[in-house]
Amino acid sequence: MESMMGLINLEHERDYLNELTYFRCGAAVPFAGRYRLIDFTLSNMVRTNVQDVAIFTRNKYRSLMDHLGTGSAWELDKRHGGLFILPPDWNDPTDISKGDLSHFHNNRDYFNRGKSNYVIVSGSQFLSNASYNEAFEYHLERKADITLVSTKVEEVKTEHDPCMRIEIDEGGWVTALTNEHINPHLFTGVYIINKSLLLDLVDHCIAHHKEHFFNDGIKEQLHRLNVQTFEHTGYSAFINSVESFYRHNMNLLNPTNYKDLFYRNAFIKTKISNEPPTKYLDRAEVKDSLLANGCEINGDVENSVLFRGVKVKEGAKIVNSVIMQRCTIEEGVHLENVILDKDVTVTSGQLFVGAKEQPYVVAKRKVM
Amino acid sequence: MGKQECVGMLLAGGEGKRLGLLTKDLAKPAVHFGGKYRIIDFTLSNCTNSGIHTVGVLTQYSPLLLNKHIGIGKPWALDRQQDGVSVLSPYTAKQGGGCWFSGTANAIYQNIHFIEQYDPEYVLVISGDHIYQMNYQKLLKYHKDQQADATISVIEVPWEEASRFGILNTTDDLRIYEFDEKPAYPKNNLASMGIYIFNWKKLKQYLLEDAKSPSSSHDFGKDIIPAMVADNRRLFAYQFEGYWKDVGTVQSYWEANMDLLEMDEPVSLNNKEWRTYSHDSNYPPQYINGNTHVTNSFINSGCWICGTVDRSILFEKVEVDTKSLIRQSILHPRVKVGANSVVERAIIKEDTVIPPNSYISSPKGEEPFVIDNENIELVSSR
Repeated sequence: MESMMGLINLEHERDYLNELTYFRCGAAVPFAGRYRLIDFTLSNMVRTNVQDVAIFTRNKYRSLMDHLGTGSAWELDKRHGGLFILPPDWNDPTDISKGDLSHFHNNRDYFNRGKSNYVIVSGSQFLSNASYNEAFEYHLERKADITLVSTKVEEVKTEHDPCMRIEIDEGGWVTALTNEHINPHLFTGVYIINKSLLLDLVDHCIAHHKEHFFNDGIKEQLHRLNVQTFEHTGYSAFINSVESFYRHNMNLLNPTNYKDLFYRNAFIKTKISNEPPTKYLDRAEVKDSLLANGCEINGDVENSVLFRGVKVKEGAKIVNSVIMQRCTIEEGVHLENVILDKDVTVTSGQLFVGAKEQPYVVAKRKVM
Repeated sequence: MGKQECVGMLLAGGEGKRLGLLTKDLAKPAVHFGGKYRIIDFTLSNCTNSGIHTVGVLTQYSPLLLNKHIGIGKPWALDRQQDGVSVLSPYTAKQGGGCWFSGTANAIYQNIHFIEQYDPEYVLVISGDHIYQMNYQKLLKYHKDQQADATISVIEVPWEEASRFGILNTTDDLRIYEFDEKPAYPKNNLASMGIYIFNWKKLKQYLLEDAKSPSSSHDFGKDIIPAMVADNRRLFAYQFEGYWKDVGTVQSYWEANMDLLEMDEPVSLNNKEWRTYSHDSNYPPQYINGNTHVTNSFINSGCWICGTVDRSILFEKVEVDTKSLIRQSILHPRVKVGANSVVERAIIKEDTVIPPNSYISSPKGEEPFVIDNENIELVSSR
């Protein structure tokens, strides 16, 4: 039976979540109460029976490595294969590769040693709860060189600006990849490629001094490759700005979206923690909110997402906000349209109100 | 196997008859507790936090879920190369038929070879059915300081309850001169917590002798300790101050869960200096809907709450539908409560589905109901 190996390529991922990506890469940004963005991609790959996953990472990967550990949370701690975190490594004096191609060049062994004939490549900013099995079957059935996973959005928003748009012919073959903003047929950044082709394209790109594997190896070569699309349906999100991060956290407070992202397939896996259940005290008043374990609530929480271990003291009120791990909200504080990164303490009696379209973001470990 | 100073032997084979439906097909230490844990997690976490890394867990009754829960001991960091946790189940010896553990002392006797592998100075004997947080190193240090042959951890219980326990009568320096198992007229209110430290060589001697005695019930409380007292061995009481509860009955099980919810936290689950470890599943964060009130409760991940919850403990993936009321109750994993229902002073077993418009409320002054899918119709009315 044919199988795929996985590659999560973070080389061209953008770190433009302002305060949230000052000290971490986009893939490690916390999301939805207990996850990091990369959890969605990893869980989807593992669910598709991908046994080897490599991660190309360049900058700010400390928190990413801390989160991933041995990969055991995703059952990627294997005797053979499993998880490979591959930061940059330049030891070859004859190496002329640039951009993400240097990752491919330096880690060619990963592809050669893997037993699979196909590779599924992904970034980390597209979130969904999917299995790639259907896409893979379709790829094999159509005998494509490459299959791009796409999605159609009902409304094109600014968060979709960086996404490539797909144009196809009647047979579903890709004829063009554009930046035409009015086209709602988006490329998710996830694609399946035949391994031998991948290695050939890498060689070709390096020989021609290219810097970007997808743009130079695939997009520029569309005319001579057979590229198919496979459309993903169901709830999905692109997280590439503070606004999109905030909106998609808030979107999950809608039960339909919550169930679609978490209950559609098996649950999303993330790093195991040891938090006790969340404790609601006498003065707790919680409405329309998501709460992770380990919280202690004695105030009002409305329309908000609380990560693990958040403490909300008596008389505090939190509305339309995202509060990350281990934040403490003291007595009488009022927070509205706010994103607090991890370990923030808001001392008693303070008022912070952000704009609904542009929430107020507070960096990690601040005392306000 | 390397030498270990102290080996922990955890008695976890209890059938827990007095827990009724809660221990149907399940050993008592594996019963769910505190919203996320199983009863044995408290003792196993005590071992880890106390630096007792060699633990034998003696299982017997319905061990499937208990064995699966313990696994290789990973949640408690007891997955170690040389020592760690070992599950010790009864087995058939070369001669004779099955060798069930006939008493607490017999269980240790049958595993002498396990203990000897580590050539320990001391053996710590503990139970898997108590809720408490205790540093066994302090107990061990006390034992060494007293140059004792055996040390028994004790706790002061209310005088009126003393006759339910094994009572230790001591001299002023806490040396034990008498042991009364459930005395009608207790002379003392220092109750044995079922936590012992023995000098291994001494204990082994007593175990070997006890095994030969046909009249013995092969029990620590009934046989071994009285025999040591009779021989005038150096037995000391170690006074424990803190929360300790034997969750042997439905009432005490329910009370101990409710105790966890108290503001002053007798046993804190959120104490970062003394963590309580267990398995963690990958359920999404709990969802709390709009027209709800949740107060004085523990709620685990994966829960979906549309009703009112007060003074209750909800395990993972519990669903409470609209206009339902949960009060002073314990809902085990994956319980579903239909709309317009009331659940009051009840313990609902895992996977139970409570239909809409149900009314479950235990009469005041009686033990809380334990409900599963089979008996639900008997207790629900409206």
